[in-house]
Order: sequence, then C-alpha cells, then structure tokens
Amino acid sequence: MIVGLGHYLSVAAIVFTLGVLGIFLNRKNVIIILMSIELILLSVNINLVAFSTFLGDIVGQVYALIVLTVAAAEAAIGLAILVAYFRNRGSIAVEDIDLLKG
Amino acid sequence: MYEGIVLLPLLGAVIAGIVCLVGARNRFPGEDPTPPADDHAAAPVSDDHPHAAPAPHAEHAAFADPHAEEPEHAPSAAGSLLAELTTSTFLVISCVLSWFALFDVGIAGHEARIPMFSFISFADLHSEWMLRVDSLTAVMLVVVTTISSLVHIYSIGYMEEDPYKPRFFSYLSFFTFAMLMLVTADNLVQLFFGWEGVGLASYLLIGFWYHKPDANAAAIKAFLVNRVGDFGFSLGIFAVFYLTGAVDFDAIFAQGPALAGKSFHFLSWDVDALTAVCLLFFMGAMGKSAQFLLHTWLPDAMEGPTPVSALIHAATMVTAGVFMVARLSPLFSLSPGASGFVTFIGATTAMFAATVALVQNDIKRIIAYSTCSQLGYMFVAMGVGAYSVGMFHLFTHAFFKALLFLCSGSVIIAMHHEQDTRKMGGLWRKLPFTYVAMVIGTLALTGFPFTAGYFSKDAIIESALVSNGAIASYGFAMTLGAAALTAFYSWRLIFKTFHGEPHDREHYEAAHETAKSMLVPLGLLAFGSIAAGYPALALFTGHGASDFFRQALSLGPAEKLFESAENLPLILSLLPTVMMIGGFLVAYQFYIRRPDLPEALARDQNLLYRFLLNKWYFDEIYDFLLVRPALWLGRLFWKGGDGFIIDGFGPDGVSARVLDVTRNVIRLQTGYLYHYAFAMLIGVAAAITWFMFSGPH
Amino acid sequence: MTLQAIFFYIFAGITVASAVMVIAARNPVHSVLFLILAFVNAAGLFVLMGAEFLAMILIVVYVGAVAVLFLFVVMMLDVDFAELRRGVLTYLPIGGLIGAVLLAELLIIVGAWAIGPDVSKAITAPIPPPNDIPNTQALGLVLYTQYVYFFQAAGVILLVAMIGAIVLTLHHKPNVRRQMIAEQVARRKASAIEIVKVKTGQGLQ
Repeated sequence: MIVGLGHYLSVAAIVFTLGVLGIFLNRKNVIIILMSIELILLSVNINLVAFSTFLGDIVGQVYALIVLTVAAAEAAIGLAILVAYFRNRGSIAVEDIDLLKG
Repeated sequence: MYEGIVLLPLLGAVIAGIVCLVGARNRFPGEDPTPPADDHAAAPVSDDHPHAAPAPHAEHAAFADPHAEEPEHAPSAAGSLLAELTTSTFLVISCVLSWFALFDVGIAGHEARIPMFSFISFADLHSEWMLRVDSLTAVMLVVVTTISSLVHIYSIGYMEEDPYKPRFFSYLSFFTFAMLMLVTADNLVQLFFGWEGVGLASYLLIGFWYHKPDANAAAIKAFLVNRVGDFGFSLGIFAVFYLTGAVDFDAIFAQGPALAGKSFHFLSWDVDALTAVCLLFFMGAMGKSAQFLLHTWLPDAMEGPTPVSALIHAATMVTAGVFMVARLSPLFSLSPGASGFVTFIGATTAMFAATVALVQNDIKRIIAYSTCSQLGYMFVAMGVGAYSVGMFHLFTHAFFKALLFLCSGSVIIAMHHEQDTRKMGGLWRKLPFTYVAMVIGTLALTGFPFTAGYFSKDAIIESALVSNGAIASYGFAMTLGAAALTAFYSWRLIFKTFHGEPHDREHYEAAHETAKSMLVPLGLLAFGSIAAGYPALALFTGHGASDFFRQALSLGPAEKLFESAENLPLILSLLPTVMMIGGFLVAYQFYIRRPDLPEALARDQNLLYRFLLNKWYFDEIYDFLLVRPALWLGRLFWKGGDGFIIDGFGPDGVSARVLDVTRNVIRLQTGYLYHYAFAMLIGVAAAITWFMFSGPH
Repeated sequence: MTLQAIFFYIFAGITVASAVMVIAARNPVHSVLFLILAFVNAAGLFVLMGAEFLAMILIVVYVGAVAVLFLFVVMMLDVDFAELRRGVLTYLPIGGLIGAVLLAELLIIVGAWAIGPDVSKAITAPIPPPNDIPNTQALGLVLYTQYVYFFQAAGVILLVAMIGAIVLTLHHKPNVRRQMIAEQVARRKASAIEIVKVKTGQGLQ
C-alpha cells in the first residue's frame, strides 16, 4: 500500500500525544519533562517534513531546520536551569518543586 | 400679656439650660461626664419582700448634728443659684399674670385670640400658632402656673443636695412652657405640640437621676405608654382633618352639628364619624391621664424627684387629658357613645386605683394611685356632660394633690430618703407643720365638708346620680364606693406615717422639720385646698357656669343636670359624706385601735391581698401579652431580618462568599508544573473539540 | 512500494515504542537511551520522505549533542534510582483519558480533511527533482537567499543559549586560585621587585 501523508501525520500525532502525557504523568524527575518536550518537537518536525514532501515545497524543511536549532538551544538552557536548581535545592523530584504554591 | 405668660417659662428654661451646658463643659472639658455618686436615689420600696430594703448609705452618725456640713455630697453645679432664681422668678411673674387673666377673661369676659406666627400652610392644611384665651384656658393657666411656681420654690429647698440643679430647673420650666402651649392652643396641631412636649418633659424628669436603672426604665415606660395614647390622638386629628378639612377648633366646632349622625366607611364597616373621632381622642386622654388600661406608667413615674411628681403627675400633665376632653366638649356632647365610654372608663379607673391604693406601702405610690383614682372622677363628670364640674375638680384637685405630694416630699427628706411607710410612725411630734398641712390635704381629698374637695367631689357624684342611663348609674356606684376607699387609704397613710410607734428609731430621732423655703409652698397650697372650694362653686356649677365659661365648654345638657342636682333629697346628697366617715372609722379601727388587724386580714385573705398589692397583675399581664411578643418580634427582625437576611445576603454574605471562593481557587495553585501543564492540555483538548464540532468556517 | 511501506512501519513502530519507553522507563539513563533510539528512527523516517540532509542533521545535533547533554546531566546530578511514585496511578485514568481524547481528535482531523486545490499555487519554493539537485544543495539554495534572516536569527539564538547556559551554571569556587592574565601582562618592574640594600652580616629585616 502507498504510505500517504496521513500515515506520517498519524505517527506525528501519536508521538505528540506521548510527549504531552510524559509531561504530567511523570513523578520521577524533571529530566523526563525535558525529554518529553524533545519528543513533542520531534513530532512537529515530522509533521513539517511530511507536508514539505507531499506538497513539494522545500520551505517545510527549512522550517524544520530552524525548529531543530531552537530545540537544541532550549534543551541546553533547560538543562542549565535544572543544574542550577539542583545545586540550590538538592533534589529534582517533581513533587518537590512547589515553591509557587498559593 | 398672654405671650408673656406663655413665653416666660420658655425663657427661664433656655437660660437654665445654657447655665447647665456651660457648667457641664467647664466641669468635663472634652470628655463624657461621669454620673454622680448615688447619693440621692431613695431606695425603691419593693412590695414583694416582707422585709425592708436596705438604707442607701450608712452615715447615720452624721445626723447627730442636723446642720453639719455633709462633705460626701457632690458640690452643686456652677450657676445653680442663677438657674433657680431666674426660673422661679419668671414663673412667679407668670403666675401673677395668670391670676390677673382669670379675672380679666373669666369674670370680665375679655376673651382673646393672639396670633403669633404661621406654622403650616399646605394645601388644605392651615395651622397657625395662635394663643386662644378663653375661660377654660384661664382656669388652666392659673392651675399650671400656680402649682408650677410653688413647685419651683419648693425645689430650691428639696433639690439642695443634688449637684445638677440647673438641669432640673430647666426641665421644670420647659415642662411648664409645653403645658402652657397645650392649654393655649387654638388648633389641634398646636395642642399636639404641647401634648408631646409634656410627654418629653415627663420622660426627662422621671429619668432625671438617669444613672439609676429603675428611673430609666420608668421613664421609658411612661413615654411608651403615652405613645400608645398619642397614637390614638394622632389618628383622631387625622380623622378630624379628613372629615372637616380643618384643624383649628373654631372651624371644627362649627362643623360639629353637621357631622352628627354621619358615618364613614372604614375597612367594610360603617362607623359613626363623631363617635370614632371622640373615641380616638379619648384614647390619647387615657394614655396621658393614666386611665384604666393605660395606667401602668403612673406608679412607676414616682421614680422621679418628688417635686416632679407633684407638678406633673398630680396637677398638670395628667390633667392634660381632662383638659383635652373639656376643650373638645362640643364634639363629645354630640356623641353619646363616646361620652358613655368616657364615663365607663373613668368610673372603672376610680374604683380600680382606689382598691390598689389600699395596700401599697410606698408613700408616693399611695398618692399616685390616689391621683389616678381622682382623674377617673374627673372623667366621670366629663362623660355625663358636666364638663364644668370636671374642671372644678381638676382645679381643686391640683391644690390638694400637689400639697399631699410636697408634704410627702418633706417627710421623705426628713426620714432621709426613706419612702416605705412601714418604717415610719409617730412623726407628728417631729414634723408638726407638715403634719397639719398633710391633714388638711387629706381632708380635702376625702371630701370633708367645706374643704375644696368636698364641693367638687360631691358635685361629680351628684351629677352621676342625676344622669340618665345605665352607665351613669355605674359611674355613680363606682365613685361612691371609691369615696369610701379614698377615705380609708388616705387616713391609713396619715396614721401609718404620723401616728403610732416609730418603726425605725434611728431615722425617727434624726427627723426634723425642713427648711422654710419648702414650708411656704406647703402653707400656700393648704390655704388653697380650703379656700378654692366655696368661692369657685358659683363659677363652676349651677347657672353661673354658663356665664363663666360661655363658649369654652358645651354646657347645654349640663344645665338640666345642675337643676336636678339642686333638687336632690338631702339623704342622697349626704351619701358621699357618709361614705367618707365610714372609711375614716374603718381606718381608725385598723391603724389606731387595733394595729394587728391589717396583718391578720392580709394573712387571711392572702390571695386578695396579693392581687391588690401587685396592681391586679396588670404589669405582668402586659409583659406577657405585649412586651414579650414585641421584644420577640424585634429580636426576630434584628437577628433574623437584619442580621441573617440583609447582612447575610448583603455585605457579610458577599464577603464570606468571596473568601470561600478564593479559598477554593487557591487550591488550583498547587505550584506543581505538571498540574499547570495538565490544565493547559485540557484546555487544548477542549478547544480542539469545540472547533471540530462547531463546523468548518 | 511495499518496501517503503515495510520500512515505514518499522521506523514508525520503533519510534512510537521508544517514545513510550522514554516516559515509562525507571532508570533515567534508560530514558535517554530510548530517546536516542527515537531520534534515530525518526531520522530514518526523514530519509524515507526524501529529506536526507535533515535526517543527518537530526542525528548529528539531536543525538550527538542534545541527547549526550541529557546523559551528562543525568549522570552528573546523580539522580537516585527512583521508584515509580505512587502519584502516577491516581492521575493515569484522567490523564490517559485526556490524552486519548487528544489523539482521537488529531487522528480524526488527519483522516477527515484534504488538501485544498489552490494550495499548489501557494508554494513558495518548489522542490527541484532530486535527480537534478541533491536535497542538501536545494536546501542551501533557498536557505541562504530567501531565508537568510531566519538563518542569522537561528545563529543568534544559539549564541544567546550558549551565553545563557554559561551564566546560569558558572560559579567560581572560592578557594581555587585562578590566573588573572590581564594583571600578569600589566606587571611592571616597579610593582614586581623591590631593591633593598643589605648590610654585610645583617640579613634582611
């Protein structure tokens, strides 16, 4: 059978959902959250490239490249914040991060 | 001249008031005044306890020398002398002018109408401030100013030790002014002004020693019970305005005959107009004059100083009701139903108050119930149509009742604020002048021949006798019986106070006759109690009455009564005297010859004794029927209506709900990122769902 | 074509499976490794779609830099071998439900719509046939001409990220001596040495 646009988009949707679930279903540590964000960005990339291929427009890939760049930058900053937080609090368990509790 | 009579007391009140305020400001600059030490509150006699109430303070030793300075009393307020002398002087001038006016208006016939200023002028309602001076007014002017001036002079001595004299004299003069406004009123609105003014003055004076809770309660009680009467009075004024379109007396009386027999529609009943109006007015009189059912305030009003009781609750304010009925005599004479009711109530009051007075132990209360009873007599006369006879009794009663009160005040001062007669006895040796004056007053009260009271009281009883109708006969029976009881309790008072063995040795030894300034009014009143009778007989009864009163009273039907009264057989006209002698003899037996009899009788007839002692349980009945439901209703509106509903759904409720809501909203801010992310996810899912199902654009 | 389908399903399946394991793995190191696997398979998907350059860049940047960074941090933070906390179970039903709803909606959208007929006119830069110009060159032709601003902006973002990461995490240990080059270079004879005349036999005071 011919693998059409819909298949790729479905794969992207599933990965996206998994990334979203990973953000709030995890109780272990914050790194899982950052990794889930990477998954979400990955699914977006898949989407972009799929559309680029099936519409015949290279702009999608350019866009995906930019997203890639930003994702890498954001992962770096996120991890830097995490390291700084760990140094101050000594734990990265998600349940301990409740200083904003009102 | 008439303006002077009416306005001089007002001027005196204002001056004394200024003295009072300036003095208070100087004594307590910028802070609340503290109440004085409770030196002068006489311990009220509690009749339910067989033993005596304790004496207020314990420096009996100081009475070894009666003229020693008593340093523990607070110093008099600054300017007291100025207040006393100014008000008393103005009153005496007013009194002299009033006597002059009596002869000018009554005998010489120079009636006057003196407009002062326009009060209300709105659509159909026109009320001018006008002084109406006719014979009726002149009689009242004399009564009010004479008694008031004598009370002012007496108070200079009686209130000697009280630190707040300027306030007292200011209130006394204000009261006099209001009463004078009442009697010189030319229209109902002005009369109502005076009516309310005397009610206010009564409240202020009864509660003069305001730091005593009993006095406060008594003052409020007096005002409230008066209010019930005033309610009826106001309705009467409204009804008159509705029926006649005017409030001044001349216009109303002119339309009186036209209204007789007319009825107006009220809540699906047809009521006879004039009867309704007169009944409503009489309701006001019942409240002001402490008639049966609205009498409960008068005995408690004895919490005020004795001069107040003498002035207000003997001679003037309580007679305002009588005066009002007399003033409205043209209307009352056109309404037999209302007049019958007046007689009925008056007779019932006369008998009721006399029975209660039989067993009271507080000297002022006995005299208060006596006043109540005598007012009943006056209304009996008014009810049968003999308005001038009622006014005659008012005139003489003022003298001897004020005399009795002032004498009792003298006794109270001598016994150092002891008011319980069970603690008195044998005082005739110590207070001879007071004793003689009080005996004269008692003779007048009981109707001893040729005293003033004899003429007026017998005239009332005779008028009731010769009137037609069942109610008149009821009135005759009641007044006659009350005469016997009056004699009994009056002589009982004399015997227990002045004769027998002293029951309180200490106070007895310390008693002495009071200052001359207090004895002079007593003497003058005693003279009046004797002399005010026979000379005035021709003016108030018989054919002379019409000549004296002319248009002031509606004396048409009374003419027949006077005729019949003159033709009574001797036995009937001597009946009241017989009653009086009977009462005297019984009292003599009970209190001089066999002093153990009263106690034995009280023990035997315990139920009847306590029924009378507790004033026929009227206070308890009213408390149960009226006061408790009113308080319950008030509490319901306060706690339930105001507190729960208005506050609960209004400010308090809103603020509490705000707090609740925020307390729950706070729970949303957990501080956990994943909760926030979850919320965002739910939002996204909802947004997608909504876009999916709201269709393509 | 079937070969393409087979490879598609293999790559897609493993991507999804490793995404699940990223979330579900207990050991965070395992999570990172599964993330790497997901990236690799996604790169395979890209190759299938004809975007080779992007696939390789995915490997180089994501796997080679980002995932390694994750691994470094996981190792450095010495995260405990944390047991699955009990909280997951209470949230799983609701969370799962919401996630399922989201997925269902996405799939419905995917299945229901079609590309509009006018889209082809809106294409900005058509892909040249891959036999003429390789994907990398085609990308470069567009990136450095029409989208040079975005390219430079991406560079600035990376610069900011680098500086930000250093600012956040750099702290000087107080008791470590460091070199201060500028002071070394600015040293002059006057501040460096001091000539003292010493008397014979006296020694330095």
